Amino acid sequence: MKAFTYDRATSAAEAASAVAKTTGSKFIAGGTNLLDLMKLQIETPSHLIDINDLGLDQIEPATNGGLRIGALVRNTDLAANEYVRRDYAVLSRALLAGASGQLRNQATTAGNLLQRTRCPYFYDTNMPCNKREPGRGCSALGGYSRMHAIVGISDACIATHPSDMAVAMRLLDATVETVRSNGLTRTIPIVELHRLPGNTPNIEHTLEPGELITAVLLPKPSGGTHIYRKVRDRASYAFALVSVAAIIQPDGSGKVALGGVAHKPWRVESAERKLQRGSKAVTKELLANARTTHDNAFKVQLVERTLASVLNDAKG
Amino acid sequence: MTEFNPSRRKFIQNTAVTSGALIAAKLVPEVEAKSVLQPAQATTEPANVNVLLKVNGSEHQMMIDPRTSLLDALRERLHLTGTKKGCDQGQCGACTVIVDGRRITSCLTLAVMQEGHDITTIEGLGTPTNLHPMQAAFIKHDGYQCGFCTPGQICSAVAMLEEVKAGMPSHVTADLTRPSEMTIIEFRERMSGNICRCGAYSNIQEAIAEVAGVRT
Repeated sequence: MKAFTYDRATSAAEAASAVAKTTGSKFIAGGTNLLDLMKLQIETPSHLIDINDLGLDQIEPATNGGLRIGALVRNTDLAANEYVRRDYAVLSRALLAGASGQLRNQATTAGNLLQRTRCPYFYDTNMPCNKREPGRGCSALGGYSRMHAIVGISDACIATHPSDMAVAMRLLDATVETVRSNGLTRTIPIVELHRLPGNTPNIEHTLEPGELITAVLLPKPSGGTHIYRKVRDRASYAFALVSVAAIIQPDGSGKVALGGVAHKPWRVESAERKLQRGSKAVTKELLANARTTHDNAFKVQLVERTLASVLNDAKG
Repeated sequence: MTEFNPSRRKFIQNTAVTSGALIAAKLVPEVEAKSVLQPAQATTEPANVNVLLKVNGSEHQMMIDPRTSLLDALRERLHLTGTKKGCDQGQCGACTVIVDGRRITSCLTLAVMQEGHDITTIEGLGTPTNLHPMQAAFIKHDGYQCGFCTPGQICSAVAMLEEVKAGMPSHVTADLTRPSEMTIIEFRERMSGNICRCGAYSNIQEAIAEVAGVRT
């Protein structure tokens, strides 16, 4: 691990300003992804600002009738929260499908959203990777790519966003609340938070330097049947091959988002209008322009079948 | 064929990985291991920081490199070697300790981040003459072979049962609106962050079930 200096932040605005001012500095909260990458010298911050003392760990009813989730609420606590379990069950389910008990106790809500989009070649510092070293090339294209993305990809990167929680947040139309280095706050719809790889897969989100997520806001509960189905190689503690988050209303209409298929949580609102026509029609539009490799072509059929199963379950 | 662009540091790293020197390096404290691998950096490193760790009820003041993981501080500075370093990436669970009543992987947190928190390691759960019920149950049910994952398994299991008692749901909890139940299926899912290379899972499950008062 590269050497760094360490400091504890006492206010969100100060932390944002400090990170923006000091080149090479980063926030640390749970640390489960950042420290892992620092050990491999994939992340090499020269200064860490620990934000764990900022509070930001409450879940409270919001003025819009929804829920305001502090950025530092641990994944375990978010999944177990009584409002989330009752009104946003798809979020509880997604959280509980991710990582292990130990990691969920450490990982935070904002940290989960901002974990690196990654693949085994990103972690293998002996191999070229455009995320690690822009311009070096993508080892996954032409390499082993069974786990990789099939939509929204580019010639620079086919890594997938590993979060389950983010898929549910995207389905729920969450917004993130931030404080910028100038002390001003803003809100960003989650659809605008994560980026597709394009020619700059090393840039994964739209936050400004130093901008700190302080909360995630959920809109008013929408009712319906909430389902999160994760298909993976092990029954527990494994990344998704494909995951489907869905909220289905009694009339068969609803919303659906996918994990394990793209550089960010994948949702196509126009496809949702076809939900009453069944999984085939929806998948066709969700995965229009899919570009698969020999290894991951199976994901197209797996999405359709998983969605069919989810829609069937939603009928009760 | 990928571009070959050797630098001394990369060469040393790669050699270390392929020759097993990294494994040897892990046996000495992280900070010392780094100074062996990267002597040129030693003079420019930031100063050590003062940390007060509360472990198993005792307070320990120490000067440490900020890079030191909680795991390395426990093992190399406090010589609490019950907590094991397996993967050092949060994947195996061998380094599981209990912080403020919650199980975490001690390899994925910095010691400096844990100041002011209550840390419990396997040494704090019980002693050879005064075993924690979970330790006694692991012995009774032969819940290990080589024993390397065992401290992590036991710390994880103890905190896991508290999670179930507190009504925390899991991936296999059928109804999120009801309290979760003490069942074997729940235990299996909730212990998935602890890997046992020897495959003692069925006996570990029996040990946990006995402590939880669940029939197998």
